[in-house]
Amino acid sequence: MHTMVDKHADAVVHAKVAVGLPTPKVSAKDVNVYYGEKRALQDVSVDIPDRGVMAFIGPSGCGKSTFLRCINRMNDTIPICRVTGKITIDDRDIYDPKLDVVQLRARVGMVFQKPNPFPKSIYENVAYGPRIHGLSHSKADLDEIVQSSLEKAGLWNEVKDRLNDSGTGMSGGQQQRLCIARAIAVNPEVILMDEPCSALDPIATARIEELIEQLRKNFCIIIVTHSMQQAARVSQRTAFFHLGSLVEEGVTTEIFTNPKDKRTQDYITGRFG
Amino acid sequence: MTDISASYAAPTRRVDVTSPAAQARIRARYRREKRFKLYGLVALSLAAVFVVVLIGDVLSRGLPAFWQYSLVLDVPVDAAAVSSDGKVDEASIRAADYYPLTRAALEAVFPGELTRSAQKQLVRLVSSDAAQPLRDKLVADPALVGTTVKTRLILSANSDLYYKGSGTPISSREMRGIATPSGTSGDITILTSANDFADVLVELKQRISEQAKALRAEADRLELFAGDSITAKVKALRDEAAKLQQRVDQPKVEEKLDNKMPSLLVAIDGGLVKINTLSDVSARGTVLLPLQSTADAKPGTWKLVTYETPESNRKVSDQEVAFLERLKELNHVERSFNWTFLTAGDSREPELAGIRGALVGTALTLLITLVLCLPIGVMAAIYLEEFARKGRLTDLIEVNINNLAAVPSIVFGLLGLAVFLNFFGMPRSAPLVGGITLGLLVLPTIIIAARAALKAVPPSIKEAALGVGASHQQAIFHHVLPLAMPGIMTGTIIGMAHALGETAPLLMIGMIAFIVDVPHGFTDAATVLPVQIYLWSDLPEVAFKSKTAAAIIVLLMFLFVMNGAAIWLRKRFERRW
Repeated sequence: MHTMVDKHADAVVHAKVAVGLPTPKVSAKDVNVYYGEKRALQDVSVDIPDRGVMAFIGPSGCGKSTFLRCINRMNDTIPICRVTGKITIDDRDIYDPKLDVVQLRARVGMVFQKPNPFPKSIYENVAYGPRIHGLSHSKADLDEIVQSSLEKAGLWNEVKDRLNDSGTGMSGGQQQRLCIARAIAVNPEVILMDEPCSALDPIATARIEELIEQLRKNFCIIIVTHSMQQAARVSQRTAFFHLGSLVEEGVTTEIFTNPKDKRTQDYITGRFG
Repeated sequence: MTDISASYAAPTRRVDVTSPAAQARIRARYRREKRFKLYGLVALSLAAVFVVVLIGDVLSRGLPAFWQYSLVLDVPVDAAAVSSDGKVDEASIRAADYYPLTRAALEAVFPGELTRSAQKQLVRLVSSDAAQPLRDKLVADPALVGTTVKTRLILSANSDLYYKGSGTPISSREMRGIATPSGTSGDITILTSANDFADVLVELKQRISEQAKALRAEADRLELFAGDSITAKVKALRDEAAKLQQRVDQPKVEEKLDNKMPSLLVAIDGGLVKINTLSDVSARGTVLLPLQSTADAKPGTWKLVTYETPESNRKVSDQEVAFLERLKELNHVERSFNWTFLTAGDSREPELAGIRGALVGTALTLLITLVLCLPIGVMAAIYLEEFARKGRLTDLIEVNINNLAAVPSIVFGLLGLAVFLNFFGMPRSAPLVGGITLGLLVLPTIIIAARAALKAVPPSIKEAALGVGASHQQAIFHHVLPLAMPGIMTGTIIGMAHALGETAPLLMIGMIAFIVDVPHGFTDAATVLPVQIYLWSDLPEVAFKSKTAAAIIVLLMFLFVMNGAAIWLRKRFERRW
C-alpha cells in the first residue's frame, strides 16, 4: 500500500519538474527505424527525465521494444536494421559515428525479457562488467562492487553463501534480479528493461517491482511492459505506442485517468490489444 | 466480438469416439506405432550384431599376435665371439655375429649326429635375429660376456605358429614286439619280433584305396567334358588310380610312404625315426633325432608316432616338428607377451615386425593435422559466423567449404603431391606433409562443425554480454566460444577420426613406403597405422594375417583413446545455460 502513496507523491513532484522537461536525460527526435523495407518506428520524439521510471506500453508489435533497443544501440547487431533521426543522452548524440558504442552500453545498461545470466558463477556474472571496464583495481575492490550490486538488487542475503554456484541454477526471479545486479554493477546512468517480468510469476514480479521502486532514486529507468497495471504501479511517466508511432506521452496518472487520445483510451480500457 | 460468440455455437461435427470406425482408427494407430518401434529395434539389433561380429572376428584373429613363443636356452657367450680387435665394448657387442652362438646352443639340445639338412632346419627354427634379447642383455650388463647366459631366443614365425596350434595332430601307440634298430643315425632299419606293423600297413592300404577311389571319381567327373587336354588328364588320373589299386591288392608287400600321406615315425631309444618303407615286421627310415644306442627296445618302451596332417599340407617339415616337440618336452619353450610387436618398427620377417613406427608416425601426423586445423578452423568459423558481412562472397565461401568436405580424399593426396612435394620440395613420406594433407581434408569438417556449434549458442548470451558493455569480440571470446567449445570438440574429433582412418591421400605422398625405423621427427620417413594395415594385409606370409588383425586392434584402441579424451574434454567444458 505504501508504494501507492509514494507513487502519487512522486508523480506530483515529477509533474512539476517535467513541465517542458528542461533537462531531459534521454531525448529522441524524429526517430525512424527500418527493418529492410519495413518501417517499424515513425517519427518518434520523446523526452525522458533523469531519475524515475518511464514506461512504454502498447500492443504487441507496436515498436516499443524496438525504440528501447535504439537507446543503447542494441539494434546495431541486426544487419538489416537502420535508424534515422536523433537520440541524445545528456545532449550527446548517441548515433554520432565518433561515439564508441561499447562505452555507450556501459552507460546504458539493459535487462532482457528472458533472464539470461551467463552460465558462470553468480560472482562471475556480476564481476564481468566491472572487470572488462576496469572499474576495480583489486580483488577486494571487485568483491565490494559485487556485494553492493547484489545488495542493491536485493539478492545478497539469498546468495552470499553460494557466490560460486552457477548463475543458471537459481529460480527465474532470482536470475532476473541477478541480471539487474549485473547491469547495475557497471554503474550505468540509464537502465533499459525489456518486459523484465513477463517470464516470472506474480511473487517474483512483485519483488522486481519493489526493486525498481528502490532503483529509480539513483537511475533513469525505462521499462517496456505489457501489463498496464505494472506500468501504473512502477512508473511516473508513460508513453503509449501504437502501430510504430508514439501516440501519447505524459505523467502516468494523467495517461491512465485522463488520456487525451481515443486510441490510448481504447487500449487502457481493454478495447484492443 | 460477434465472431467470438459464433465460435461458442454448438459444433455440428464431433468425433464419435465410440463408433467402430474410430475404434478401428485407434487400433490402426497402435499397430503403426508398434511396427515403427519394431523396425527401430530390428535395425538396432542388426547393427549390434554386426559390431559384435566385427569386433569378435578382429579380436579372435588379432589377439594371438600379442603373444609370442620363444626358446629359453643356456647360451655360452664366448668372449672372442663378441669382441673386435680383442676388446669387448658396447659397439663390439652390438656389431657381433650371434649366429654361431645360437647355432651352438641349439645343437647342444640335440646331442648326436645330425644330417646336414637337419642342421639347416634346426637353425631355421629360430628367427634370423633370434639373439636380439641376448644382445640387449649383454649391452645392459657386459660382465656377462664369458659366462653362460640363460636367454630367450626369438622363434621364427612358422615355429611360433606351430606352437599356436597350426601344426598337426599327433597320436602314438605302444608296440608289442622287441625292436632292434640297425644304427643311431642316417638311414636305418628297425626289425620287430612281432608283426607290429601289420595293422598299420592295413590302415595304410585302406587310405591308399580311398585315394585311388577319389582319383577315379575325379576322372569320371572330368570325362563329362570333351577336349584333348582333358582326355590326357583323365588318362593320367586313371593310370595313377590303377597303380595305387595295384598296391592295395598286394596285402603283404611292403609299402613306401610319401609326403601326401600322414607321416609315421618310430620313437625308440631316445631317438625318432621317420619311416620311409614299411612291411609287417620291419621299417626302414631316416633318423630325425639321433638314437642314444642300438640296444633292443623291450615291448612298451618304443612307440609308433603318427603326424596326422600330411607333410605336404604343413608349413613345418617332419624334421622341424620333431625338433619343436622335443624342445617343448624339454621345457625350453616359453610363452610371453609380444613386446616386440609394440616396440619394433616394420620388418619383412613377421616375428620381428612391430607397429611402433606406424604408431609414432600416426601420432606425429595427427599432431600436425590438429595443430594446423583446430586454430584455423575455429578462427575461420568465428569470422564467417560472427564478423563477416553476409553477402554473395560469404555465400560462395560457404558453398565451397561444403563442397570441399565432400571431395574424394585421393584428390587431396594429388594436391599434396603436386604442391607440397613437387612445388615446395618438402620431404617424401614425412608426417609433416601427411599432416598438412590430412589437414586440408579435415579443415572443412571442423569449420562446418564449429559454425554449427557457434550458431547453437543462444543469442541471449551474446546480448547479455553486449548489454553490460562488452565489445563484439569480447562477447564472442568470453561467452559464445566457451559455450560452443563442446560442439567444436566433437566436430574436431570426428574430423581427426576421419583423418586417422585415411589411407588414400597418404599413398600419393609416399607414406606407403616400407619403413623399418621408428620416426624421430616430423620430417623423417614414416608410415601410419591404416597404411601399415594395408601393407601387411597384402603380404603372403600367414603370420602377417594375425599381425594385420592385431594392428587393427591397435588402431581401434587409438581411436577409443582419442574419443575418450574428447569426451573428457567436452565434460570439462560443458555447462548448462
